[in-house]
Amino acid sequence: MATIMMREAIRQAMQEEMERDENVLLMGEEVAQYNGAYKVSQGLLDTFGPERVIDTPISEEGFTGMGIGASMAGLRPIVEWMTFNFSLMAIDQVINNAAKNLYMSGGQMKNPIVFRGPNGPAEYLASQHSQALQSLYAHVPGLKVVAPSTPYDAKGLLKSSIRDDNPVLFLEAELMYSWKGEVPEKEYLVPLGKADIKRQGGDVTLICYSKPVRMVLQAAEELAKQGIEAEVVDLRTIRPLDEVTIYSSVRKTNRCVVVDESWPFASVGSHVGWLVSKNCFDYLDAPVELVSSEDVPMPYNHTLELAVQPSVDKVVRAAKSVLYIKD
Amino acid sequence: MAEKKLIEKYGKKKNLELLRMVLLIRRFEERASQAYGLRKIGGFCHLYIGEEAVATGAIGALDLSKDYVVAAYRDHGHALAAGMDPNAVMAELFGKITGCSRGKGGSMHMFDREKHMFGGNGIVGGQIPVATGVGLKIRYRKEDGVVLAFFGDGAIHQGSFHESMNLAKIYNLPVIYICENNHYGMGTDFKRVSAVQDFSQMAVAYDIEGKQVNGMDTLVVYDEVSEMIKKVRKEGAPKFLEMLTYRYKGHSMSDPAKYRTKEELEDYKGQDPLIILKKQLVEAEQITEKEFEKMDKEIRDLCSEAVQFSEDSPEPELSTLYEDVLVE
Repeated sequence: MATIMMREAIRQAMQEEMERDENVLLMGEEVAQYNGAYKVSQGLLDTFGPERVIDTPISEEGFTGMGIGASMAGLRPIVEWMTFNFSLMAIDQVINNAAKNLYMSGGQMKNPIVFRGPNGPAEYLASQHSQALQSLYAHVPGLKVVAPSTPYDAKGLLKSSIRDDNPVLFLEAELMYSWKGEVPEKEYLVPLGKADIKRQGGDVTLICYSKPVRMVLQAAEELAKQGIEAEVVDLRTIRPLDEVTIYSSVRKTNRCVVVDESWPFASVGSHVGWLVSKNCFDYLDAPVELVSSEDVPMPYNHTLELAVQPSVDKVVRAAKSVLYIKD
Repeated sequence: MAEKKLIEKYGKKKNLELLRMVLLIRRFEERASQAYGLRKIGGFCHLYIGEEAVATGAIGALDLSKDYVVAAYRDHGHALAAGMDPNAVMAELFGKITGCSRGKGGSMHMFDREKHMFGGNGIVGGQIPVATGVGLKIRYRKEDGVVLAFFGDGAIHQGSFHESMNLAKIYNLPVIYICENNHYGMGTDFKRVSAVQDFSQMAVAYDIEGKQVNGMDTLVVYDEVSEMIKKVRKEGAPKFLEMLTYRYKGHSMSDPAKYRTKEELEDYKGQDPLIILKKQLVEAEQITEKEFEKMDKEIRDLCSEAVQFSEDSPEPELSTLYEDVLVE
């Protein structure tokens, strides 16, 4: 197996799918000549040409809607948003068209399209460029929301997302692009809607996804030093949610902490927490804990911005609190 | 006279086809209005009465084996003009399972994939980028088709319109943007909210050919759109048309339309697309009064049948609620 960076894994997924199906194309700001704002699409213009790797103006509503129209008509576009922050300019197209076309047309109009780009907090970017927006999209029926945490998962999940006949929001993260991981040379897919146990343990279940998974694994090691074996469940797909894997883990450990970079109010984390509380009630030995971002816009100052986000320390404390272990 | 030339240019068969469609839309909308009054139809219901010349003339100029229609929420006329079954359109208004969208779309969401009618969009201007994307598919696959993107004067100030015009120009997409200027964005006179009074000028900003057209005269609309389509098929570049038209009814069924004068309404009724086209064809001796009455009777029967079909159709089963959310 080769060790590659996340950005390479995502690129390989796009390249392989574009080779496999000529209906797949990539469009977005800086994706072609500039080779990608985060170099994810590097080299794709040279390989596939400007018909299939399309630079767009800074015109998110326009090119997002254009991708949706093209998908209704039979293409399979990948729309890259430079970041999910800018997806808010296009959110009407995603929520009112991509998510609803199939339903409003009584099943006639499918939308095989992937919207991808970095989401979630980065560093020193302040409120408008550093926020986790997955809960907005996860709220909407008709969308799938995918959030990998490793190069292996990213490649396999993106390939599945491109082949899916539904609109898929594919969440990456600026800080993850240079993360390395092993990826097989041979082709593989990771199915949507299947969580992955990233670490086995019997004392407490830590549920997470996307960038925080790595931090949660560090927290699990920290807990192990204190004699606590945590099971880390990586959701990988937020919608559809793999409830089976979540519940079987919690029913085994009887304790649960949900870790989510979102704000706490009406979030993916709060919803998963509610589901676990409701469906594992008889198995729980403590109330479910939620480690979210603080309920404030992201500040610029580095100390403050780190204090806003979930951390190893916060996760360790939450895990110990559901185990009723005092510091 | 220009009309005389047009009557000769396209011939009796096409002219009568257009008349038949104007009449079908008019009678269909009258029956829809009636059914709304009887509470058989609910919610927002935007009637197309007064504007029939636009959808009829424009869509009548398409070859829907390769061309596409994308419309806004005042879409019953476009659906019928695209050749959709009046029964399926009326049943959709009734919310029945036999409706084109299985009772899930209603008035604003008429779809027919086979007929290349891609909606029916309820967000003002939301369909314009979508239509642009259908144009991208045609360009991508090197096809010969054209997309008609319909929207109202209310949508023209949305970013979606301006972004789409720019995108279509830079990628040379075969889309004709058709602004149906019926003078009122809901209750607001377009002149009160637009920096320019002649919308065709807006195309200039994107280096796109634009033109203002008399949208009350079906033959003129048909001719102008036909000519534009020829150009688009040849050049592949986008075009813009502003259709000057008028709606007789309120914005939707709940709107008494107090923002305009009776005189204005009466003036436009004097330019009624149905009366104009009928008069033109009677004078050209392509149809007699008697033949017209026969045509009208047939169409009234067709619309009655559509209402009856809708009445008789079953409600959707509750089990359909979770169908069509995702492709399995």
